Amino acid sequence: MPGRLPRVLRGKLLPPAMAIVFSALLCTVALLISAGSPGTALAAMVSQVGKGTTAVDILNSATIYYLIGVAVAIGFKMNLFNIGVEGQYRIGAVTGAIVGGATNLPPVLEPLLVILSAVAAGALYAALPAILKVTRGVSEVITTIMLNAVSIGILALLINEKTFGVLVNNNIATKPIPQSGWIPGVSFGSHGTLFGFVVVAIAVGIAYWVMLNRSRFGFELRASGESPTAAMAGGVNAKRMIVVAMLLSGATAGLTALPELLGRDHVYTQLSPQGYGFTGIAVALLGRNNPGGIAFGALLWAFLDQSAVSLDNVGVPKEIVTIMQGAIVLSVVVSYEVIRRFELAAEQRRVGAQLGTATVAAAGGAS
Amino acid sequence: MDDTSAPPAVVLTGITKRFPGVVANHDIRLTVLAGEVHALCGENGAGKSTLMKILYGMQQPDEGTIEVDGKPVRFRSPSDAIRAGIGMVHQHFMLADNLTVLENVVLGAEALHGIGGRARARIAELAGRTGLSVDPDVLVERLGVADRQRVEILKVLYRGARTVILDEPTAVLVPQEVDELFATLRSMRDQGFTFLFISHKLDEVRAIADRVTVIRRGTTVGTTDPTTVTSRQLAEMMVGSELPSPQVKHTDVTTRTVLAVTGLRLCAAGDSSRPLLDDIDLAVHAGEIMGIAGVEGNGQTELVETIMGIRRADSGTVRLTGSGGATRDLTGLGTLRRREAGIGYVPEDRHRHGLLLTQSLWFNRILGFQTRKPVARGRWLDVPGARDDTSRIVAQFDVRTPGIDVPAAALSGGNQQKFIVGRELSGDPALLIASHPTRGVDVGAQAMIWEQIKQARADGLAVLLVSADLDELIGLSDTIKVMLRGRLVADADPATVTTEELGCAMTGTGAGGGGS
Repeated sequence: MPGRLPRVLRGKLLPPAMAIVFSALLCTVALLISAGSPGTALAAMVSQVGKGTTAVDILNSATIYYLIGVAVAIGFKMNLFNIGVEGQYRIGAVTGAIVGGATNLPPVLEPLLVILSAVAAGALYAALPAILKVTRGVSEVITTIMLNAVSIGILALLINEKTFGVLVNNNIATKPIPQSGWIPGVSFGSHGTLFGFVVVAIAVGIAYWVMLNRSRFGFELRASGESPTAAMAGGVNAKRMIVVAMLLSGATAGLTALPELLGRDHVYTQLSPQGYGFTGIAVALLGRNNPGGIAFGALLWAFLDQSAVSLDNVGVPKEIVTIMQGAIVLSVVVSYEVIRRFELAAEQRRVGAQLGTATVAAAGGAS
Repeated sequence: MDDTSAPPAVVLTGITKRFPGVVANHDIRLTVLAGEVHALCGENGAGKSTLMKILYGMQQPDEGTIEVDGKPVRFRSPSDAIRAGIGMVHQHFMLADNLTVLENVVLGAEALHGIGGRARARIAELAGRTGLSVDPDVLVERLGVADRQRVEILKVLYRGARTVILDEPTAVLVPQEVDELFATLRSMRDQGFTFLFISHKLDEVRAIADRVTVIRRGTTVGTTDPTTVTSRQLAEMMVGSELPSPQVKHTDVTTRTVLAVTGLRLCAAGDSSRPLLDDIDLAVHAGEIMGIAGVEGNGQTELVETIMGIRRADSGTVRLTGSGGATRDLTGLGTLRRREAGIGYVPEDRHRHGLLLTQSLWFNRILGFQTRKPVARGRWLDVPGARDDTSRIVAQFDVRTPGIDVPAAALSGGNQQKFIVGRELSGDPALLIASHPTRGVDVGAQAMIWEQIKQARADGLAVLLVSADLDELIGLSDTIKVMLRGRLVADADPATVTTEELGCAMTGTGAGGGGS
């Protein structure tokens, strides 16, 4: 009989491993159909990591994906589907950019102010669906999806010459954040510059772990996700949990665009990168809402995104990466469920065998 | 059809079904004659639903045989059962609201008569023959509950069922609709259809059934003719009448009131005319076990959940005197505050309300105690403290488990329940509320749990015990109150009352005693 630790690890590592193998098979099929060679494509992608700024770019992307992945995972932990992280992070970013452009505090204080205002804006934007859900029972999936669309309009309203926009290089953007607000990166010379914000992402990961595993709030979050009825009987206030989890999720989402804003762009425009929210959902699924798993998912996703350029060189359409990403998410969801059921049944058999119990009893009292 | 010469529609012989650590069904014997309405009676958790799942092919028995129309069969899935002419109408309807009646009936059985004119003709013919008339083109979402039930029955008939299992069909109906349903069932029975009617409402069983089989603690107790037995006798068969282990009667009930409930009233959501609980007054003293007797569904669940703060009372007060002697008004507090004030709660459904099934035992130890020592310190969990205290419960309450890291779901029902009782007796409670504490557990665990409840009383706790098992109630309680239609209608002294008298008061028949 295997020991305790290996069994735990098997339960945690087997699903993603199975998923990757399965999605590799799917991609191989897709590559063979599109007349490419799977071996060449993979070799090109792996060797791309060593070229130019790719390695640093992967870490930079992963930082962003990690923050948004954690934001999604906080909701997922209690079966709250915050699809609205997309809108929340963009509202957070534009608020941070506007506040940063309008103030000029000394270093440390200025970026702190930007971070706090982005976090507050993200949380506030997530408060709307939370309030609708607890007072009116409106599904958060619907409201957050609609608020994503609304956020595009809010962005257009805020980044406008009549409001907070200024014309920079033929492009309307927010007023630049003064240099005291920048977060310097770590330069690797010709290999690029790592966002200084990676430290914040790591801190968020640690805080998320501590919150989940050591705090009363994390306990109530996990209990609500596992069984709302048992949580209620155990005294967990479901409505309060929904509001707090949603606010935390939105607050974390508010951090997402800050690595770029404070470390590279210093302004926010309507053309600033978007779509991170949907990546975040995939990364959270891939990482099973686990702090370490999300980091792995974010790195894998960033690797696939950043190495895709190399595929054109070997004559493989780089869209194959999108197929890979889709296949991975699909297989993770399926394999996790399959293994969870298998493990539970195995555990029951094991406990039964270990105790030698018995299938006797029970019906005895009847006669 | 001539009933007497036809082979029985269904014969179950020696059916046994085991789940890890628990026997859900044990040596079930059931014979359903062709062309009869056969009722299957038993309390919740007695094993009715497992048995029906076996008969409908959703689960396979570990032992025993099934015969349909005289031929032995093995069902691997519900489609096998349907092919053999057995259909099931679930308690919770399985209809698509946004499809029409016709579409719902045909859905999944398109191969039989297509989806067009032939299907329509077949449905019209069935409806004409059975009196189950519903407009085939109306959307199901526009139908009332009774009509939906007709559609469900039509669905199984359309698939060729001659034997129909009805799972608690009257639970959702108002009395006139029940009468209509029964009229339909009688006329269909006369045309040769066979019904297996699952219920714990004894009056209805006596009104419709030709024969009734009682199931208790996973096994069939006997089959009888409902016209010759009284509801009371049936109730006795359902809950058992032999007394549990000899009792040492305690007389150390104190005069110190721990739980005082006054004027409690609870209405169904959005309907203030139909109270689920009305005018409930009760006082449980330190060192006292107060039993609440009643046929299931008469407000016991609501009473417990209202005292726990899971449901909000419309009026009335709940006061608790903690072990420190201070009295607190709990009326406006939430569940967590009430637990902190000193209430331990053993819920009636341990899977839905008592445990986080995939989480470890020590994680489950925290549930309900997340603000208290030794499992929490302020806003933070005390994991070593929770683990240590879980080990204490496992040892002290004889929870059979290989360790405290196994998921709760891996334990047998009896061991899960022992763990819950141990947890709820932690943290120095003043009051223990136990709902059906030994339902669905093996006899060993049952004795252990009884012992612990008696020990809690000896330690000066007040205990509110809700149970459908009259022997348990009489054996453990110091006072018994009877609940009927949301009210406390009678008091009984467990030292002198008989199960027969209790059954009488529970069903509201005869002179069961004065109001409280």
